[in-house]
Parts: sequence; C-alpha cells; structure tokens
Amino acid sequence: MAGLVAELRAALSPDRVRTDPLELGLYGRDASMITGQAAVVCFPQSTAEVAAVVSVCHRQGRPFVARGSGTGLAGGATPAGAVAPVVIVTTKMDRILEVDPAARLAWVEPGVLNLDLSRAVAHHGLHFAPDPSSQQSCSVGGNVANNSGGPHCLLYGVTNAHVLAVEVVLPDGTVTVLGGTDPEPDGLDLRGVFVGSEGTMGIATRIAVRLTPLPPRMATLLADFATLDDAARAVTAVIAAGIVPAALEMMDATIVEVVEAYVHAGFPTDAAAVLLVEVDGLDRGVEAATATVAGVLRGHGARAVRVAAGAAERALWWKGRKSAFGAVARIAPNYYLHDCVVPRTRLVEVLMEVGRICAERQLVLGNVFHAGDGNLHPLIVFDRREPGVLARVHEAGEAIIEACVRAGGSLSGEHGIGLEKRDAMPLVFTEADLEAQGWVRSAFDPEGLCNPEKVLPRGGSRCADLADVPEGVWI
Amino acid sequence: MTSLGEFAAEVGPADAGPVTCAGGRTQWSVGGALAGPVRSVRAPAGVVAHEPGEMIVRVGAGTTLAEVAAVTGAGGQFVTLEADVPDQATVGGVLACGRSGVCRLGWGPLRDSVLEVTAVTARGELIRAGAPLVKNVTGFDLCRLFVGSVGTLAFLGEVVLRCHPRPPVESWWCSEGDPAVDPFAVCAALYRPLAVLWDGRRVWVGLAGHPADVADQTRAVLDRAGSFVAVDGPPPRPEGGRRSRPPGRLAELPVLVPAGGWLAEVGVGIVHCDGAAAAALDRVVAPAAPAVAELHRRVKDHFDPGGRLNPGRTPLVRPAQVAS
Repeated sequence: MAGLVAELRAALSPDRVRTDPLELGLYGRDASMITGQAAVVCFPQSTAEVAAVVSVCHRQGRPFVARGSGTGLAGGATPAGAVAPVVIVTTKMDRILEVDPAARLAWVEPGVLNLDLSRAVAHHGLHFAPDPSSQQSCSVGGNVANNSGGPHCLLYGVTNAHVLAVEVVLPDGTVTVLGGTDPEPDGLDLRGVFVGSEGTMGIATRIAVRLTPLPPRMATLLADFATLDDAARAVTAVIAAGIVPAALEMMDATIVEVVEAYVHAGFPTDAAAVLLVEVDGLDRGVEAATATVAGVLRGHGARAVRVAAGAAERALWWKGRKSAFGAVARIAPNYYLHDCVVPRTRLVEVLMEVGRICAERQLVLGNVFHAGDGNLHPLIVFDRREPGVLARVHEAGEAIIEACVRAGGSLSGEHGIGLEKRDAMPLVFTEADLEAQGWVRSAFDPEGLCNPEKVLPRGGSRCADLADVPEGVWI
Repeated sequence: MTSLGEFAAEVGPADAGPVTCAGGRTQWSVGGALAGPVRSVRAPAGVVAHEPGEMIVRVGAGTTLAEVAAVTGAGGQFVTLEADVPDQATVGGVLACGRSGVCRLGWGPLRDSVLEVTAVTARGELIRAGAPLVKNVTGFDLCRLFVGSVGTLAFLGEVVLRCHPRPPVESWWCSEGDPAVDPFAVCAALYRPLAVLWDGRRVWVGLAGHPADVADQTRAVLDRAGSFVAVDGPPPRPEGGRRSRPPGRLAELPVLVPAGGWLAEVGVGIVHCDGAAAAALDRVVAPAAPAVAELHRRVKDHFDPGGRLNPGRTPLVRPAQVAS
C-alpha cells in the first residue's frame, strides 16, 4: 500500500494523491445508497496523468474506479471488491478543448459538467442534447459511462447517439481513440460499446460530442388528469397519433404537490397526474403538433391543457420537473429512486402494480418519469430512522423490478446497472447472453482491474466481497 | 420459415467448420472475400410483429427491406435502413455491413435504430442483447458491436428496430446548373434536412416534415442560395468505393479529387466514390491505431476463437501499421 501511494505521488503531484480517512470516506460513495472502500483518491489533470495512474495500478495489480461528479444512482462509481480500488476522479479535467460550430462538434474533457457544455455552445445555436435531471452537477464523462438520458432523449436519443469519439486510457494504461469525427470509422464500433460500459472498459479522457441545433420553436403543454390511468393512456395515444414529442413527462399527485410548494409554477395540486409534453421544430410543424397533442390529451380525459406562455413559464415548468427529487425532502428525508423501462403500452398496468406494491408495504410513493419512452422512476420516500422501513423499501424495490420485467420491461433506462442491479441481470439475460457481454469486457480488461464487480454478476460468488453494504440496499 | 433454433442448429457447434451467413448478397464484397470453401446459411425471414404504439418492429434478420417497409408503412411508420435493391437486401445483411443510408443527416446512423438483437454465436448458441424498448441501458451494448461487424462475431437471427412516424411530406431539390450554391451554407441554414449531397458541381437537398415548413425552408434557404429544381429523389451514387471523412474536411474534396467521380454527404462525411476517387482519398486516410487493432483481435478471439464465422472477412479494412 505504501508503495502504491509513493508511486502514485511520483506520477502526480503529491497533493493530488489523497489518503486522508475523511476523503477516502467521501470518495467511497456515489449518489447511490451503497458504501464502498477507496484505497487512494487521485485527481489527475491530463490524459498523461490518468495514463500514469492506470499504469501504476496495472503494474501493481490494483483495481481502479473512475469517478466524475459522483451523481450516479446505481453504485457505478462506488469502489468495490476485496482489494480496495484506487479512485480516479476526473473533476479537475474540466476544460472544453475545442468547439467547431460548423461541424457541430466539441472536444471536451470528462469533468466538464453537462449543463456547462450546453451553456458554452448556446451562442452558436447549439446544445448537448442529453439532459439528465442532474445536469447541473453531472459530468460528460459520467454521461458517457452510463449512456445517460434525460427528458429530451425521447426525440434526440441517449448519450450514445451524441458521442462521436472517445480518447480512452485502456486498463493497461495505453491511450487510444475509439470512434472518430468521421461518420464510419474503420472497424468495429468500439466507441458504441464503450459508451454505457459504466467505467469497466477504460477511462474516457477526451470526448468528441455531437452538438445539436437548438430548435427554432418549442411548445410546452401541461395537462392535468383526474386519474393516473387516464394520463397513462393519453401517453400511448400521443405516440399512436404519429407524434414523437421532444419530451413527454409524467408527475403524479405526490410529486406535483411537493414540486408546486417548492417552485410555485401553478401546477394543479388537485390533479392525480400531470403530463408535461414538449414539441419542437419549425413553426408550422410545432403548431400542428401542439394542436394534435392538445386534442389527444383532451380526448383522453385531460381536465385542462395549458401551453406555456413563453420562455419563462416553460423554464419554470421544467425547473419543477427537474427539482422533483430534491423537493420530496418535504415529505421525508430519504428516498430511493428506481429506474426501469416498460413497453409504453403497458404503462397503465405497471403503474397500478407499482402503486399496489408500495401501498401494501405502507410506503410513500411518488412517480415522476419519462412516460414517452416508458422509463419509470418510482420514487419511494422514507425516513431511514423508522425501524424496519429499509427492509420494506428493499422488498418493494425488488417487487417493482420483477413487475417491470414481467411486463416485458428492462432493468434500467438510463441510470445503469452498477452494483445496484447487477445481481438482477439474470432476470433479463441468460447465462450465454451474460457470457457474451463478459467477452467484450475481457477484451478491454483481461486482468479485470477496471471498475471490478460492476454490471455483470459472477455467479454471486463475489458478493461477499462487497464492503459495507448497508441494510436495505438492493444489490 | 426457419426458426431461430433451426438457424442456430444450421450454424452448428464450434467444431462444425467454417460458415457464412448470406442475405441478398447485395453488399457481398464488404469486409473482404471469404477464405476457402465455406458453408452458407440463411437467417430466418419475415416480419414477426410491428407494434406502432411502441414504435418497434421485430423481424427475422433474413427479411428484405422491402418487406419491412411494406409492413411498417401500412402502420404509418418506417425504419431508417436503406439499400439500393430493397427487395433483395436483408435487414441482417445491411446491419452486418453497417452502412447508413443517404438520409443519415435526417434520421441518424444505422446503429441507432437497432434496439435488440438475437444472434447465433460461433458455438451455435443463441444470445440476446438489448431489449424491445426504445430506451434501455441494461448491460453492455452488443447491438452496436454487431452492426458493421460483417458477421465475424455472431450471425444476426432476429432484430428489433426502432420505427419512426412517416413525415407528412418529403421533397428533393437539385441545384442543377447553378455554380453559386454553397452546399455547406445550405446545410447550415436548413433545420434538420434529410440530406445535403454534393458532387463538386451540383447540390441535392432532401427535406421532410410539415408541408408548410418544407415550403418555407425551400423559399427561405434554397431560393436564396441559388436556383433549385424539384427532383424525384437523391441521385445515383458512384459505386467504386465508400469513404468516411470528417464532415468539416469535405470542402477540400475538389482539391483532393479534382476529376470528380464522387458524391459527398454534407454534414455527415460519407463520400461515395468511383474507383479513382476512392484511390485518391485512400492516400489521406490514416490506418487504425495499434491499440484499436489489438482490441479487434481480442474481441474476435473471445467471440470466435476458432475463426469459423466468415473466415477471411474483417471489419477492420485498414489495420494498424507496425511502428518502425
């Protein structure tokens, strides 16, 4: 261990290799409920420094974990395993290196924050389309690792569709570029499989992102419904009408109440569910789509449909939507946010089932999610000091996942598998499926040093190695 | 119709010898020639289900693009796969070759339309990756790895593709005879065009959307840029080769290939070439990095250690040059 620290300090400046127990504790966690153990925390400032740190780890056979802003909810950046990993933090690599507005691309370092990138290119009429709710604090490197989504991915696609090339430090310390700024780089789409690999195939040190033109016109509609059922049916009907909105979000009564108290956006607090629908594009198409969507919503029982009067009202509505997770603190201090996908035509029955699962266990449930692509985010709100509550949260989480899978759904729409859902992978994949995924990982990381224990289950045999998993965490 | 199980049995176990999977053989030379005598199998054909409400279609990989277009079209939707001979080209073949259509600027790359893949491995086992859902990040993205792998990692048996609603109108324009039209300015000024194509002398533009918006774009952008006439669709592409260039470097094409014989996808970077143009562009393309070539070798070794799937073919056309 002393040798490891000495080598790392020789590779970086000593003040950027930290072993203080407080810092190790801080970087032993991400935004999930899982606690791990970091051996050392490093803060490289360049590709060369990342490569140096990884090379030291590779030479010493020491696992390592890349970490951006630590906003991941599935434990992907939690250092796990029998041998405590080195945590490599990319927050000091936060420069936008190059913006080419004509080619609509930017090269950025992994620590650049998602929203900072969009703000920096807005004067060119461009933006980075993935927009997770955490976009003020999550990093582009983290977005690449998790193939992050966000409300507007309904039309624009998740991160993979917006990454052209990635300079990576491979798990043996080699630096190379996957993908390219040309459309069909020679060979396999290694870029495509690297994006979303949750830090298990190397560390992204420079990223070429595609920039998307800001739409010339947007219309945002707010519809309130007397029942959750009506709202869910309206979602399917909008898509069936041949409209792909830029975003189609749902908030249930629990969420609307706390959000309204927080942002005062004029959300109808007596509604059972609210839909937030945004269409964008050119003038006449947007006008036509707005009329069609409003008609479909009314036809499916919307009590009222409002169109945002201007940019300020639109911004306020979106602030409400994106603040929901913080706003639930008004109900109770802790929450467990789930992320799974179901076919959108099964939304109604799954929402009802999730409601039953939580009610049976006396748990407070809020639903705030990307309804247009069937991406559910059941939010269980609780106070962990209440005796026995964590066990019920755990049980409900398991039942929710099973209900989604039964309905033909999948484990994660945008948060990733990490540690949280690793052992649920056999619910949706066979042994042969998982073995094939393992082949790709082994090709990138034959020694298994790069973010070990994540994504793929290993017959459960290594579960016991996980450090300090708190009671009630579903892994 | 062959079932997936029968298809896997035909591919056979690891010791069943070299095997290739044929679609419509419309892009049979992509990835290189097969080495030696190779047994040929065919993937299941037919549309399994089109679900317009989910915006997905599940098809056997041996289904022709024409059949997919007919079924999805009946539901007001379409998939973005394109081929010159849609009644012969199959979904599996187009995906294995990995070449996006000429409307990539508007509809995105081919790989983004694949949601789920069921494939047969070199061991003759069926594996599935992805899910029949428009959004999903569960597990590593093998779907993207298989697109463009020219059948060297596994054979596609069944796929789920993302559908899009058919736009109300689609129109094509050509700047026939007007040398003043700047293809890059046109591309920048249009909002989400389907395609902007340029052969050094003429510019073709594809637009789609609401009829009034298409008319507005035509007036506000095309009429201002020069003289455009309505045409039926994109022009024929030179077939001597297909090269990939950064879109920001396309302006240098007339200098690199003054004789013409190319058609460039502006804003995308694909250059359709005749033989001479392809050779000229090959002089400015760097080979793959050694680390990338090594990753290819390792991926292939894991998926097909015996090298029995499409022997002789490789997705990596220009492998690394060994550093001297």
